[in-house]
Amino acid sequence: MSERKNWQEVELGAQLPAATSLGYKTGGWRVLRPIFDPSACTHCMICVTYCPDMAIPVAKSEQGVAGKGGRVYKGVVRLATNLDYCKGCGICAHECPSKAITMMREEEAEQASCKL
Amino acid sequence: MPTLQEIAWKTDGPDIRFVSGHRMCSGCGIGAIVKTVLAASDKPVVVVNATGCLEVVTTTYPFTSWNTPWMHLTFENAASVASGIEAAYKALKRSGKITDDVNILAIGGDGGTYDIGFQALSGALERRHKFMYLVYDNEAYMNTGDQRSGATPFGANTTTVPVGKVSFGKPQWRKNLVEIAAAHRIPYVAQTAAHSIMDLYKKAQKGFNADGPAVLAVLQPCTTNWAFDPSLTMQYSKLAVETNFWPLYEVENGVVHINVKPSNRKPIEEFLKGQTRFRHLFKPENAHVIVEMQKMIDDEWARLLKIEESGIQF
Repeated sequence: MSERKNWQEVELGAQLPAATSLGYKTGGWRVLRPIFDPSACTHCMICVTYCPDMAIPVAKSEQGVAGKGGRVYKGVVRLATNLDYCKGCGICAHECPSKAITMMREEEAEQASCKL
Repeated sequence: MPTLQEIAWKTDGPDIRFVSGHRMCSGCGIGAIVKTVLAASDKPVVVVNATGCLEVVTTTYPFTSWNTPWMHLTFENAASVASGIEAAYKALKRSGKITDDVNILAIGGDGGTYDIGFQALSGALERRHKFMYLVYDNEAYMNTGDQRSGATPFGANTTTVPVGKVSFGKPQWRKNLVEIAAAHRIPYVAQTAAHSIMDLYKKAQKGFNADGPAVLAVLQPCTTNWAFDPSLTMQYSKLAVETNFWPLYEVENGVVHINVKPSNRKPIEEFLKGQTRFRHLFKPENAHVIVEMQKMIDDEWARLLKIEESGIQF
C-alpha cells in the first residue's frame, strides 16, 4: 500500500491545454468537396452557423466583397471553406438559399484543380 | 435581437469557444448546437459534460476542442457537478478570491439526461443552483450504437427494442422533459431544434440570464443511427417542427409560449420517410402505428395550445 495522501497532495486528473484538436485535420474524411461560388453568395451566414465543423471562416470587411448580382456585401462575410477540417457532409450545399455551394467528388475536384 | 451575421461572428469569429478538429460524424448537428449555445453567453462559460457523443468526440486524448474550461464527468452526475461548481464559485466570490462573472453550462445527451442523469438533474433544479442544463436529444444512446432511451419516440426501431414479427419497435411514447423540468417551478425551460439557430441562440441567452436553473432541450437528428444522408440533418430537424413532432416552445416563469405554430401541419409520414429506424412502419401490417402516432402528436399539440391559451402557470 502506498502512503495515504491528503486532498491537497492528490494529483489532478488528465489536463489538457485548450483547443488542441486544431492539430487534428478531419479534412481527410471527406468524400465530397464543397465548391463555393463567391459570385452567387449573399453572405447570409446560414452555411457558417450550420457548419458543425466550424470549417467556414468569417471576416469583417469594411470595403466589402462582391457577391450575388454583383452587389457588394459589407460587414461579416464568409471566406473560402477550410478544407483542412471540412468533412464534406454537404449541409452547407443543401441549405444554401442561393445555391452558391455545390458538392463534387473529391477526386474530380482534385483533377479539376490540377488542370487550372 | 442579434442578426445571423452577429451570431456567425461569435460562433466562428476570433473569439471562438468550440474549435474544429473534433471527431463527430460528418453531418452531426451537435457542433452547430454547442457553438451557438456557447456564443450566446456574454460572460466566460464553464462547461461540465456528461459522458455521451459530445464528450467522446471532442476530447480524444490528447486533443480537445474546447476553448473554454471544460470538465468530463460520468453519465449520471453532470448536474451534481454543475451544482458543486456553482456553490464553490459563490463561496470564492463571497471571499473575494474571484471577481469575474461566469456562466455554468452542463451538457448531456438524452441518455445522460432523460435516464441516467435524471435524478441528479432533478436535485440540482430543486436546489435552485444558477446554471443551464443543455440536452442534445438524438433520441437514443447513439454513441454506443442505438439503444433505446427515455427519449426514443414511439415506433422507432432500436437495437434493444428491435422490430420483428411481434414488435413494431418501441411501444411507449417518450417522456416530456420540458414539462418535467417546468414542474420544478424553475425560471426558464425551453425546447428547440438544431436547425433553428436564431431560436436556439435566443433561448440560450434567456437561459444564461435566468435567475436560477434553466433547461434547454434541443433536437439533434442523428445521421448515423436515424440513417439518412449527412446533408439532411437540418432538413429533418425542420421537418420535426413542421409536423409538430417536436414543437418549439418555452416556459418562462411558468408561462407557456409556443414559438412556432406551423400554419400547415405536415403529416408525420414526411418526417418518418427516409429514416431507417422508421422504415418498417411503411409496411402494410404496421399502418396502424403511423395512425396512432399521428393521433398522439395531434393530441399533444392540442393540449399544448390549450395550455398556452389558458395562460395557466406551470
